[in-house]
Amino acid sequence: MIYASMSEWFGRVGYFGLTLLIVTVYGLLVGALIERIIAKVQGRVGIPYSQPFINIAKTFFKRTAVSHGIMFYLGPVFRIAGGIGTLAFIPVIYGSEMFSNFSMAGDLFLVIYFMFFGQLGMALGAGESGHPYSAIGIARGLSQMTAYEVPFALAVISIVIQYDTLSITEIVAAQQGGWQNWTVITNWVATLAAMLAFLGMTGYSPFDIFLAPQEIPIGPPTEFHSAYLSFLQINRALFGATKLVLFMNLFFGGATGWVELMIKTLLIYMVAIVVGVAFPRFRVDQGIRFFFKIPTLIGIMSIVYVQMVLA
Amino acid sequence: MSKDRSSKNTMENSGLSADEQLLFCNARPEPYKPYSIKAVEDFANWARANSLWILAFGTGCCSIELRPLMTARFDISRFGIAGRPTPRQSSVFIIGGYVSVKTLKRIIRSYEQMQGPKFIIALGSCPANGGMYFDSYNTINQFDLYLPVDMYVTGCMPRPEALLAAIMELKEDIKAGNCDGANRYVENLDWYKANQKKVIKNWDMPDYNW
Repeated sequence: MIYASMSEWFGRVGYFGLTLLIVTVYGLLVGALIERIIAKVQGRVGIPYSQPFINIAKTFFKRTAVSHGIMFYLGPVFRIAGGIGTLAFIPVIYGSEMFSNFSMAGDLFLVIYFMFFGQLGMALGAGESGHPYSAIGIARGLSQMTAYEVPFALAVISIVIQYDTLSITEIVAAQQGGWQNWTVITNWVATLAAMLAFLGMTGYSPFDIFLAPQEIPIGPPTEFHSAYLSFLQINRALFGATKLVLFMNLFFGGATGWVELMIKTLLIYMVAIVVGVAFPRFRVDQGIRFFFKIPTLIGIMSIVYVQMVLA
Repeated sequence: MSKDRSSKNTMENSGLSADEQLLFCNARPEPYKPYSIKAVEDFANWARANSLWILAFGTGCCSIELRPLMTARFDISRFGIAGRPTPRQSSVFIIGGYVSVKTLKRIIRSYEQMQGPKFIIALGSCPANGGMYFDSYNTINQFDLYLPVDMYVTGCMPRPEALLAAIMELKEDIKAGNCDGANRYVENLDWYKANQKKVIKNWDMPDYNW
């Protein structure tokens, strides 16, 4: 996109900052809500809504921090850059000049790359920490990521063929005019494949082996502490909410206001939570086999579906 | 951390061989000061008190009393308390019962890897005075000779309610800014190290585990 003047560009950056703030706070609140729902399932009260914010303040105000090298510093920075970069190219509210961020013609490609970027940066940073559990966590996390990216990429290719565009804004525009136009109805095969990949993306059970607090102390971030950890906590909320917004845009018709966005993203998140509360954990080899079987087949079928049925 | 191995502000690491010494940091820890602005320090203390992460390391039989706190009956997460599997991220170390000399070595390693401010709750009679192991050959009698303790809960065993009450009191102390165990440890490091080395005969780790 070409901007008419420097001030317009700065205005856009300011609006993006506002979006970033709202999405991060929303992500933290949703995280607390989910914790409370899981606690209710277990018959507990659960954490207060303010707890994620207090946790971030606490880790930020730790008085000491040790470093394991340059890459260890950069790991959380890359991670949060991946989160911010992903959000920067997703139009959050459809039809709103303020909250469409830096959406442009090929933003879907860029977003998918940015989703990888943070994970790889984190892998480098956690690798330098030298902790064996970090290395195990990274190996598991990256192999699981490779597995769930396959059905997700196939689903994205399917809807790119369906709408004949790589712009998220245009994909959302094509779904306007009622729920019967949403991708979940028009291309339900691709949505199914993507939602199965979504279970792996969110990192809830049955696909939480790479965090596994009981066996490998919380996986890749084992050595991260103090301010490094507060970055990772912020990114966890931001990146989680960003992925929800992306799924809402691609498959559930986008949102024209913040209330609609919150209802839709919460319902999408609930899919992962319900599955997570109900199912036990897969081993990493079982998880990878799962993604390479049924969801990948559904992903391939979605491309066939879009060529044969919708064309 | 300084890589300079010859400066005055270093630990000896004499328990390690010359080759091993190169693998470990030998810097001496320094006490940290509170933030100069009082409001910032108060806010930080409030956040620290309301987000206590417990190191999941059960050192003796009393740590069985920790588990009920996580269940539906007591639900410790209401108070912002969570278990944390890595010492790097946790801020509270609950010494669960008797401390054998072997365990003491691991406790010291874990405690020194925690990031300040860090707090110790000694649970049960054994860390206070040896309890029923007072004349055991391999159990230490007085835990605060080796690491600074912020709060004692006595009893054999204390009920989970007693531990919960101790945590609540610890929170009040942290909010008031009174819990400075980590600084006490660093300021009197030589004394603590001498005590530790008196009981731990096979000292084959760095003098301070960064």
